[in-house]
Amino acid sequence: MPFVNWLKRHLVVIAGLVTLGYLLLPNVIVTVFSFNKPKGRFNYEWQQFSTDAWKDPCGVADMCGSLSLSLQIAVWATVGATVLGTMIAFALVRYRFRARGAVNSLIFLPMAMPEVVMAASLLTLFLNMGAQLGFWTILIAHIMFCLSFVVTAVKARVMSMDPRLEEAARDLYAGPVQTFVRVTLPIAAPGIAAGALLSFALSFDDFIITNFNAGSTVTFPMFVWGSAQRGTPVQINVIGTAMFLVAVLFVLFSMVVSNRRTRQKA
Amino acid sequence: MMTTDSSGDVRLSGIGKTYGSFTAVHPLDLTVPQGSFFALLGASGCGKTTTLRMIAGLEEPSSGTVHLGDQDVTHLPPYKRPVNTVFQSYALFPHLDIFENVAFGLRRRGIKSVKKQVDEMLELVQLGEQARKKPHQLSGGQQQRVAVARALINHPKVLLLDEPLGALDLKLRRQMQLELKRIQTEVGITFIHVTHDQEEAMTMADTVAVMNAGRVEQLGSPTDLYENPQTTFVANFLGTSNLIEAEVDSKTGGEIVVRAGGGKLLLPEARCSASTTTGGKVLVGVRPEKISLAHADDAGEISEARNRITGKIVDSSFIGVSTQYVVDSPACPGFEVYAQNIDRDPRLVPGAEVVLHWSPAHTFGLDAAQDIDAGVETVEEEAA
Repeated sequence: MPFVNWLKRHLVVIAGLVTLGYLLLPNVIVTVFSFNKPKGRFNYEWQQFSTDAWKDPCGVADMCGSLSLSLQIAVWATVGATVLGTMIAFALVRYRFRARGAVNSLIFLPMAMPEVVMAASLLTLFLNMGAQLGFWTILIAHIMFCLSFVVTAVKARVMSMDPRLEEAARDLYAGPVQTFVRVTLPIAAPGIAAGALLSFALSFDDFIITNFNAGSTVTFPMFVWGSAQRGTPVQINVIGTAMFLVAVLFVLFSMVVSNRRTRQKA
Repeated sequence: MMTTDSSGDVRLSGIGKTYGSFTAVHPLDLTVPQGSFFALLGASGCGKTTTLRMIAGLEEPSSGTVHLGDQDVTHLPPYKRPVNTVFQSYALFPHLDIFENVAFGLRRRGIKSVKKQVDEMLELVQLGEQARKKPHQLSGGQQQRVAVARALINHPKVLLLDEPLGALDLKLRRQMQLELKRIQTEVGITFIHVTHDQEEAMTMADTVAVMNAGRVEQLGSPTDLYENPQTTFVANFLGTSNLIEAEVDSKTGGEIVVRAGGGKLLLPEARCSASTTTGGKVLVGVRPEKISLAHADDAGEISEARNRITGKIVDSSFIGVSTQYVVDSPACPGFEVYAQNIDRDPRLVPGAEVVLHWSPAHTFGLDAAQDIDAGVETVEEEAA
């Protein structure tokens, strides 16, 4: 009986931990196997502990090149989609123009459409235009599908913003530019940041659309896919683990900063 | 003789605002003298906030001009006007702490050393301790004071207050009314205060402009408006009035004799804002607290010189300092009487026959061609 009571009291915590485990288990496997020393070309069975792959992360031909390309594309796609998406979001919330309704719903189409359909039609478009497939076509495609996520995130933020705040700024001697930089932008910032983070993650790991429109260019997801046909080098797990760590550190850092800020204030 | 500084005068000339076919503010003229505490009073949607926003520059007037002292500011953007606003929602910047909120205006004008001024201003509104908190960490009353400090630190020629106390509870509102009045006396800046709360307008302002449906109905000191209302709207919106439909019987020596409900009432001609002709209609009004209540058995003791009306008590509510009676009479249903609880007559209970009597000097006359219920607060407005 005491056990049942204990279970009742801690059910929420247990459910939370189980769910967390479910979410994190794949990451744990990736990390563990980054220290493996596989016998053959495939890193699917645990053999023995080794730090070889960590000592030489770029030891696999072409992998670090594709990684750097993916990072570049992700950065530029994030910048492009965030700037355009933020402007679209402001326009949709603040102004009443003729095609507003249409734009408002069309902007969500890339989120709803199956990626493979979008990839194929983009390829058709690029081929008909005679565009050279490669870095630029990938970038254009990525900006396109990231846009809708940025617009959604920023729009929610701008809509909940009190228009009186900007009036107050103008009332307190801030001209249009100052009002935007000092009040509008900082308040919309969390939405913009959320949109930018989503864009980066989506662009970095996109495979389907990139694969259709890359020509002979190879991004990191394409490299992983390609090498999985012939054998999976341990370095892939190293890169995966490193990215996971970077993300975790990023979250921890922002938590520490906001904690310190609230403690200072109190 | 001292020359009065008129650089803080606000002069509105023929200023009006229309949105498409809807007229929010009919062209109006208004002068607010330097250093005064001026209130724009009216129900929601009467155009008072629009008028305020036109002074602030947040709304472009459809017609007319706005002058600050000798300067025509009609077409200046808000950030170029020496005017600051305290918004109804306070509109504190959520991403800045209290110090930076208050320093905002100074910084935008390129003033580098703001610390001393901001600290002083925070002391004035008694928030020195809270300088490094974010707005959401403060209570409503504290946020309100930050909003006032943020505006006042710029030493505007005019401070505009848009329902600044609307979001506070009753007790805090009373406290802030006194606080705002104190600050206004201390800094000597012209305050223009928009409110729908007639009590707030009367306790704080030197001059009140009562607005209704985009027009100024009447302008004057609170006592003047209360004692001598010129329209039914003012009579009903500021406090409570008993209005009786009457017929002019005769006019003699500055007094008008009117007939209402079979009796005769006296009305000083000077207190009648409507033109009257014998046989014509007029609305006769009297405030509930001016009326004395006597049981019908004591009717003989009432002086002949007083106006009197007979009726029957239908309701009485004991408030503490006073008792409020509702009396039905042939002259007017639902007559309201507020009696001080000095000596309570135990016979004055619902159902009792009574005589209401008051001095003719407390009677006022209004044009009968108006809605007799204009400005009567409905339950819905009370809740809002």
